[in-house]
Amino acid sequence: MPKNLTIPISDNAIRNLRVGDSVLLSGVMVTGRDAVHKWMADTFIKKTRQPSGDDLQVYQALRPVLDGGAIYHCGPVVAGLDTRQYRFVAAGPTTSIREEPYQGDVMHHFNLKAVIGKGGMGTRTLQACQEVPGVYLHAIGGAAALIAGAVQQVLGVYKLEFGVPEAIWVIKVADFPAVVTMDAQGNSLHEVVRQESKRILERLIA
Amino acid sequence: MRDLTQEILELVRFTSTSLPPDVEKALRQSVEKEDPGSAARGALETILANVEMTRRNSTPICQDTGTPIFFVSYPEGWSPRQLRRQIQAAVAEATQKTYLRPNAVDALSGKNTGNNLGDQHFPTVHFQEVDGNELTIELILKGGGCENVSTQYSLPDTRLKAGRDLEGVRKVVLDAVHQAQGEGCAPGFLGVSIGGDRGTSYVASKEALLRKVDDTNPDAELAALEQRITEEANQLGIGPMGFGGRSTVLGTKITSTYRLPASFFVTVAYMCWAYRRRKMMVRDDQVSYE
Repeated sequence: MPKNLTIPISDNAIRNLRVGDSVLLSGVMVTGRDAVHKWMADTFIKKTRQPSGDDLQVYQALRPVLDGGAIYHCGPVVAGLDTRQYRFVAAGPTTSIREEPYQGDVMHHFNLKAVIGKGGMGTRTLQACQEVPGVYLHAIGGAAALIAGAVQQVLGVYKLEFGVPEAIWVIKVADFPAVVTMDAQGNSLHEVVRQESKRILERLIA
Repeated sequence: MRDLTQEILELVRFTSTSLPPDVEKALRQSVEKEDPGSAARGALETILANVEMTRRNSTPICQDTGTPIFFVSYPEGWSPRQLRRQIQAAVAEATQKTYLRPNAVDALSGKNTGNNLGDQHFPTVHFQEVDGNELTIELILKGGGCENVSTQYSLPDTRLKAGRDLEGVRKVVLDAVHQAQGEGCAPGFLGVSIGGDRGTSYVASKEALLRKVDDTNPDAELAALEQRITEEANQLGIGPMGFGGRSTVLGTKITSTYRLPASFFVTVAYMCWAYRRRKMMVRDDQVSYE
């Protein structure tokens, strides 16, 4: 039976999750991928660049949404760009590992409880999952139409100048399906599968 | 010359929204191999439900509609220059209709053109003039996740003890599957090219993906290797999405091209389960799709 998770997610709910659990996530979350993570890290965490344009306004608007919240590694196909009556047409996860250099810091900075994507992440994110605490939720890659069906409403968009796939879309989701593959106890399904498959590979090419 | 823009638009829509039957069949067969209640089986069931839904609703199978890669075989009399313009017009219109995500981004500034038109390489179009009187346009939509795990080896490879023979090819291809883990959206399909220079080898590995999943390589030795690599890749236990399981690779297609005596490249084009590949044929006034 899938576990229901509501955003904002409590520490207690996070600590009760284990690798392998199916979850259905409901509430308000944001999309963010390569450009967004770099922008967050450079502008507000490492502060290697000065905020410009609407950076500070967007930051202030995002903080309450991300506090106890979830970020979704996703570059959606969006209808209604001309009328601003946005609707998600296709919204599966993108490969998460590209955000590995930033994710742990972003989780700490915003008190982010859930990172949603595909393919899993590395040791720094796993460590942040233990400290914050948080979890990595794996959505089904390519199941774009089904997942778009869990997006009830597009509440708004920031940084559309990054392009449609890279913008920050604020979405209200209901029963968004995912599987816990990295938990707050330091378990990572990805690490287990990688090690086990390596052992088999070595035998096959010996 | 006839304007095929609307027919090419239909090719793009069809490719983005309707998974080919041979690919869907392979996915359906793989479901039965996974344990009931496992994450692997759940992932495959979700994938198949999504495939049915997008075909019904005419929406993209995957939000990453990828690089549009066209292979055009034209008889004498057609103009590649005009065909390219028609392909570009069709791609822009398909983007506007949300069959494609705007994916063409300036390499340096990161600026998205918004219509999938970049430079002469985006969308990618490969032309060849052919005998006969049938024009065919094949299209593969290849997403970034699986493109990022595609790779090339130069043999001999000392780390993998892979020499310049089919045994060496087997070793490096299995290594590529291991490196990819679930990041290329397993279960995947492999297009493998042996030989060439680095550039032709990459193109040939993608051309290998134009073959049907259930066909047989006319070269008996390569046919046997294709089967062995698929079987051994599935022993790795990476499984759908990298969740662990028996379905990691659902098909391997190997081709070879002439090489220099000094070079022996093996290129692996990893294709995700959302193996979007369709073909349009134009003969006289008739246009058909498969």
